[in-house]
Parts: sequence; C-alpha cells; structure tokens
Amino acid sequence: MIVLADVISATIVFAVPLLLVAMGGMFSERSGIINIALEGIMIIGALMGCLMMRWLDAAVVAGQLGAQLAMLIATLFAGVCGIVFSVLLAFASINLKADQTIGGTALNMLAPALAIVLTWVVQGQGQTTILIPTWSRITQETFGITVANPFLQNLLFKNSYLTTFITVLLFIAGVILLYKTKFGLRLMACGEHPQAAASVGINVFKMRWAGVMISGFLGGIGGLAFTLAAGSGFQSSVAGYGFLALAVMIFGNWKPWSILGASLFFALFKVIGAYASSIPFMPQFKGLEGVSTYLYPMLPYIITMILLILTSKKSRAPKAEGIPYDKGMR
Amino acid sequence: MKKGIISVLASVISILVGLLFGLLLLILVNSSQAFPKFGELLTAGVSNLPKLAKVLYQAAPLIMTGLAVAFAFKTGLFNIGASGQYTVGAFCALLCAIVFQLPWWVCLLASFVAGAIWGFFPGLFKALFNVNEVITSIMFNWIGMMAVNLLCMNLKNADGKLVMLPIAWVSSPIKDRTAALSYANPNAIIPKAGLDKLFNSNYMNISIFIAIAIAILLWVVLNRTTFGYELKACGYNKNASIYAGINAKRNIVLSMMISGAMAGLGGGLYYLSGTAEYTIQKVLLPMGFNGISVALLATSNPIGSIFSALFISYIQVGGESLQPVYAKEMIDIIIAVIIYLSAFALLTKTIISKYIRTDKSNVNEESKAAPVPAAVTGNAEDGAGLLPDTAKKTTEESEGVEK
Repeated sequence: MIVLADVISATIVFAVPLLLVAMGGMFSERSGIINIALEGIMIIGALMGCLMMRWLDAAVVAGQLGAQLAMLIATLFAGVCGIVFSVLLAFASINLKADQTIGGTALNMLAPALAIVLTWVVQGQGQTTILIPTWSRITQETFGITVANPFLQNLLFKNSYLTTFITVLLFIAGVILLYKTKFGLRLMACGEHPQAAASVGINVFKMRWAGVMISGFLGGIGGLAFTLAAGSGFQSSVAGYGFLALAVMIFGNWKPWSILGASLFFALFKVIGAYASSIPFMPQFKGLEGVSTYLYPMLPYIITMILLILTSKKSRAPKAEGIPYDKGMR
Repeated sequence: MKKGIISVLASVISILVGLLFGLLLLILVNSSQAFPKFGELLTAGVSNLPKLAKVLYQAAPLIMTGLAVAFAFKTGLFNIGASGQYTVGAFCALLCAIVFQLPWWVCLLASFVAGAIWGFFPGLFKALFNVNEVITSIMFNWIGMMAVNLLCMNLKNADGKLVMLPIAWVSSPIKDRTAALSYANPNAIIPKAGLDKLFNSNYMNISIFIAIAIAILLWVVLNRTTFGYELKACGYNKNASIYAGINAKRNIVLSMMISGAMAGLGGGLYYLSGTAEYTIQKVLLPMGFNGISVALLATSNPIGSIFSALFISYIQVGGESLQPVYAKEMIDIIIAVIIYLSAFALLTKTIISKYIRTDKSNVNEESKAAPVPAAVTGNAEDGAGLLPDTAKKTTEESEGVEK
C-alpha cells in the first residue's frame, strides 16, 4: 500500500512539469507558432529558479524569509526568465519570419550551454550542479501538523511542492483564458486563419507574441517543477522533458483537458518504470544489468510512440501553425 | 552561381557575428584572459599537425551527421533523430567488429544499414500515419540510446563473459565503455594509410576522405538524378508531386532511410577509428545534434556540409583550449548563436543580394528601396529557390526606372 501512495504522489509531481509545458506549447501553437524551444525554455527556467533559491537560501535558513514565500519568488522568477528567453523565439519567428523549427532548435542548443556557463560563473569552475535546498519541499512541519497514517504521510508529504498547487491554479486559469475570454478565442483564430482574424481587426503579431510569451512563462515554471521532481539538483538538463511535453500536447490534441489526462498518463508510466523493482507484479528481469536505468525508462517513449500512431487519425493541429503571418496572403 | 555566393556570404556573416558574441561573453565572464584565450580558440586548430589531425578526425562523423540532417531538409523533413541513428550505427559497427570479428569495411556497411533501419521507423510513421517526424525521431533517439546501452551491458559470449566490455578481452575493471578495438579486433580499425605518420597523430585515418566522397555522391544524387529530383519535389510540394505521379509516401520513407544511413555511417566512422570507445552513459550523443548545426550552416547543401563540418570541428578543437578558465560549452553558445542568426538567413540574403545588385548595376535610390516581399515569406529551405526571382524582380524594376 505504501508503494501505491509513493506511485500516486510521484505521478502527480512528474505530471506537473509535463502539464505546464504542454499547456505552454498549446498556447504558442494555438496562436500559430511551433514552439520546439520548450526544452530550452525549461532549462532556463530551471536554472534561474534554482539560482534564485540559492540566493534566498541564507535568508530562509536565518529565518528572515518564509520557506514557501521564497519558493513562490523562485517560481515566479523562473517564469519571468522563461518569458525573456521565449522573446528570442518570438522575435525571430514573428517579426523576422524566420523558420520556427530552426530558431527553436538554436535556442535548444543555446540553453544548456548557457546554463553550464552561468553555473560556472556563479558557483566557480567545474561546479556543474546547483543543489536544491531542503526547505523547498512542503512537509508536515510547514503546517505544524503530524499525520500518523504512513499511507497518507507518503501520499501528502513525500513529493509535495508549492509548484504543484501553483500548477493547479495556472491550469484552471489557462482553461478559462483559452475558452472563456475574448483574448483566448482571438488567439485560437490566429492559429487557424490569421488573415481572417486580421480582417476583423485582430492584431495577429500581438496575439502571436502573447502566445509565445505565455508558453515561455509556463515553460519556465515547468522547468523548475521538473528539477524539483527529479530531486538531484540542477545539472543543465531537463532530460528531454520539453520534447516529451510536445508529444503530450499532440497526444492531447491541443486541448487543455486532454493534455491534463495525457500528462498524468505519461507520468504514470515514467513512475512505474522508476518504481518497477518495488512493484510486485512487474517483471524483474533477473540476471539482466541496467534494467532500472535503461530498460524501464524506455517505457514512456515506446508508449508515446504507439499512442501517437493510434491517435494520429483524430489528431488535428492548428491549421496555420508554422507558417509566418503575411498580410498579403489572403 | 550568384545564389551560392550569397549563401556563403550569409553564413560567413552569421559566423562572424557569432564569434563576436562569443568574445563578448568571454570578456563578461573573465576579462583578463578573454583576448589571449579567444586567440587560442581561433588558432588552436592549425597550431600544429596533431591538432589539425584532430580537427579532421572529428570532422568526418560531423560531415556524416550533417549530411543526414541536410538530406532530410532537402526533402522537406526535419531529422532531429540523427543522434539516435548515429548511436545505433556505432553500436552495430562495434557489434560486427567485436562480436563477429569482421573487417572494417563490413562493419562500416553494418553501421550504414543500422542507421537506415533507425531512420526507417520515423519515415514510415510519417508516411502512413502522418505522425510528426520531429517527435518520432526524438523518441527514437532515447529508445536507441537506451537499447544500445542495455545491449552493451548484457551481451554475453559463449563463455558467459560480457563480450562488448573490455573484461571479455583483457583483465580490466572498466564497465562503462566498450572494449578497445586495438585488442578486440585490430582488423576492424579503419586503415590509416600512413596518414598517422604524416600528421604525427594516432587520430588520423582515411575516414575524412570517405566522408567527403559520400558528400559528393549525395550532391550528385540530389542534383543530377531523377531519383534525387523526385525526393526534392516531395519536399517542396507534396501535393504537386503526387499529382505529377511521384509516390510521395515511398519517397518520405526512402529519404528518412538515406538520412539515417548517413548518420549511422558517421557513428561507424567515429567508433571504428581505434581511438574512440563507446561510453555507456545516459545522455544523447551530441554528434547528432551538431549535425543540425552543420546542415543549417551549409544551407542544406551536401558540399557545403563538408566546409561547415570542418569549421565546427575546428572551433570545437579550439574550444578545448578555453579550459580550464572557461567552460568549453562556450563553443556551444557560439554555435547556437550562429544557428539562431542563420535561421533568418533569408533576411540576411535578401539584404546582401540587394547590395550586390545595387553595386553592380549602379541603380538610383528609388530602386534601392524597392520592396522585396516575396522572399521573406517562405521558410529557409525554400529560400534559396525564391531568391533568384526576387533578385530578378529588382533588376527588372531598376531597368524599368532607367528606361
């Protein structure tokens, strides 16, 4: 039973970055810009969030600043830095009409290198890992309560971070923004038929800028959430989660609720892979080396592949994504 | 020909701006060492023969992964999976070399086939189910890397020894890399043809010539054969090519297979050199991703890929001299900036072509400001094709003014 609690809590904590980043990708693509740079945006968000936590560490340890308040600052900072980084993509692909995939690829190359260089600058030569302070986690002490039941204890407090709760709020806000506001409907129009949108007075450039910047904000926070979930500190990488999030977005058919389901599903497979050795009914492959490091971690990728193939018939991408907006093309 | 010159100029401008950015970054991080280290970065590759040998040695697989990406670009596909194909190719080459004790050219052939197989799946999924090849090939990068690592750790020979690891051949505690070919199978090492003595470096072998020959072959296939024309036609406009009777689905799969084969062969060339062992690590090999840089810098031209691979290999060797004062990832930043700039190469090209035209025909102010709308709308691959029209248009307009 304890394993079940572990699996559920780990699934949630790994679903959070996928959900955030896939939502970010959705906003960008719904406005008509393919955001392949999500991986890079995540790395920058994670880097800056972790650096902020490092800078606030002294104040938190000394008791001058509440731990969760510091986490809130770090989270917002990660989001803002994600926006700043995404501006590079927006400028190239919207204003200069550059190829969106190439621009995104360049940013994906830039981010990890920049992260390593900055980590060196801050921490000194050869120090490539930014450690995450222990106060980042929400524990029983945060609320001043004790939960005696070990099941509940693991479920509620083993992998509990402020980012999880922020994500719930952001998800709801995202759904409302996309479907229930004028802004969201206009944004979607720009991804389907920008010329038609422009003909009724919508500023396509502005809408696309907004789409990319929202994806930068969500991607940045998603990067920090991933680093917290992975737990071993920030090492200038988010292990391909940005790309996995893109797959989640496609599997979720560019719709928020489907994306939520898809990200929980993928996170579950990821966690089953990680916990396989302690789950009784999973085959253990005795006598094979590297089962937990290489065999089970393959699972989410293979499942993704199969699902993308099975759902490809229903998949419907925004019509105008990837095409630079040109006023003259009606 | 003019088109080619403009492409080269645009790339050179991107490179210069990228290097300048790198210099600025060096100054920002540590200003006292910036200029001498930047000088070393620029000159290290030709400072002595062994260094030059290393540039050529690393350029060979880079040309191949660059060709992989460039070929896919030419046919309208983005093969971001070169890393996985490279890894699988490397593994199959080593498998043939170490386990089956085959000579080097058979091993190279194996890496070629293995890469093609790893490119086949994303191509097939794209053709049959219209699944985005970018996502598929990224998934296959991870699947390939993990499968290869798993096999390296577990393959056993008849005696029950782990055959891919050094332990099967010599008494060695190393478990995180494959056995060196020098004792496992010297026949599988790519011949050096005396070049190692000439360059005074063990790194030097004939792989760079193989890579250049294949680049030229690929150029011929793309530009001088019906097959290549059909592949490119599918890339430019799938519907039009179907209308013209071209089997687009078959061509997508074939393009990805050829592209994968190139990357796979790159893996073979690198790991059969006798100076590299495959390290069992949970990271995707960067060689495949550097191939993207090579292809973009070469504007997807196979011949251009030779030069851009040499350039990237050159500054990577230079980057090693940055350490320990700076992280060698500085080079990656410079390359990334160059690629970012080349993403809007079309804009640069338009500006350059405008200037070249203005200088030549000596036209008046009016036509200098002539708008060039068409060129900015297509994406980068189409750009080269669009450009001559625009240039022509500008001339026509200027002639009109003169008349």
